[in-house]
Amino acid sequence: MKKLSRDEMARRVAQDIPEGAYVNLGIGVPTLVANHLAADKEIFLHSENGLLGMGPAPAKGEEDDELINAGKQHVTLLTGGAYFHHADSFAMMRGGHLDFCVLGAFQVSAGGDLANWHTGAPDAIPAVGGAMDLAIGAKQVYVMMEHLTKQGESKIAAECTYPVTGVGCVDRIYTDLAMIDVTDQGLVVREIFSDIDFDALHKLTGVPLIDGTQAARAA
Amino acid sequence: MINKIFESLQSAVADVHDGATVMIGGFGTAGMPSELIDALIGQGARDLTIVNNNAGNGDIGLAALLKAKRVRKIICSFPRQTDSYVFDALYRAGEIELELVPQGNLAERIRAAGAGIGGFFTPTGYGTRLAEGKETRLIDGRHYVLESPLHADFALIKAYKGDRWGNLIYRKTARNFGPIMASAAKTAIVQVSEVVPLGALDPEVIITPGIFVQRVIEVPQAAHQTAATATAA
Repeated sequence: MKKLSRDEMARRVAQDIPEGAYVNLGIGVPTLVANHLAADKEIFLHSENGLLGMGPAPAKGEEDDELINAGKQHVTLLTGGAYFHHADSFAMMRGGHLDFCVLGAFQVSAGGDLANWHTGAPDAIPAVGGAMDLAIGAKQVYVMMEHLTKQGESKIAAECTYPVTGVGCVDRIYTDLAMIDVTDQGLVVREIFSDIDFDALHKLTGVPLIDGTQAARAA
Repeated sequence: MINKIFESLQSAVADVHDGATVMIGGFGTAGMPSELIDALIGQGARDLTIVNNNAGNGDIGLAALLKAKRVRKIICSFPRQTDSYVFDALYRAGEIELELVPQGNLAERIRAAGAGIGGFFTPTGYGTRLAEGKETRLIDGRHYVLESPLHADFALIKAYKGDRWGNLIYRKTARNFGPIMASAAKTAIVQVSEVVPLGALDPEVIITPGIFVQRVIEVPQAAHQTAATATAA
């Protein structure tokens, strides 16, 4: 079965982010999206530790320990970028000012609940950071994840078995197999990236799916 | 003449009492006031409640304070990091209490305290285990959780430049929690890389007005270096 690589997934997500968008890319796989945003489009990347207009990693020797992103990696600031304090930064998120947020996930439920902050293991030291704020704040919350776990179980589940990060907050899921919208009618498959058909995808996923692929092709 | 400049780190933290709640600025090591923390370790106050985004990195700054067993409780959003081994060991041994708060709620609780707000409803965390037991309310079709302000006796903050009235500017993403912690603490103690004469800071760009700041100490630093790289170098 054909699957998208993480870079191919990132490229696909990047295609859907228009010029002028204010975007937060979560830690991990979503940060790859930045590498695929068209250079001729002005897109504003937000990092929750307090910057807007985040640029790429600095050249070696140019690192500044006081210019980092939410993953505590060295970054740069684009011309026109801005710094601000934490309460302002989270007002941008919670207040619905970001157009898109792209997050990794352990699981997404059929109703759009997100689980991405805690494995639920009893001996794990809990850490949440900005995950819960990102989950509920942006106008569009996109998740990027593999469709199946290493054990072959669907990460899109009827209900999350991991502790949830946010309730009913996910708008769209990009997996290595498909792009799926969370709608009031249910999960609608818009595109299949693999060489399998809708029925095979439905069987792998194990929760009700609506075939929206023909509408997407017609459009 | 009003002069908030202190001549030594030791004198600036001398009255931090046992059991005090102390906010410490910084996001990881960016903006961490390491020299003030070292002075606090030397001062000896214990049973502290610490508010910070993280729970220390490596063996420096906040991690060193934890290692010295001065902290009873930490209120933070992201304790677990690749180099948080000091906290991890204390937590697993049951020697430190952890209150885990989503990062935006942490920031807003601090802001609310400084702004005199008695509580606020936030959508962040609704329906999760971090909101268990908290009052909720449905407002205009959306679910919210009641959160309370977070006050402190002291705040230890790192800024870039300050004057004798306590006006501050910060540097890049080291600003993070500084401005809100300064307003939420009864006594805000700020280390600045450079003390400048009154009037040298453009009033249009002052980030923290001096009303929120009680003490300023000059700790010269290479502009782009934090204590982490200074130690590593």
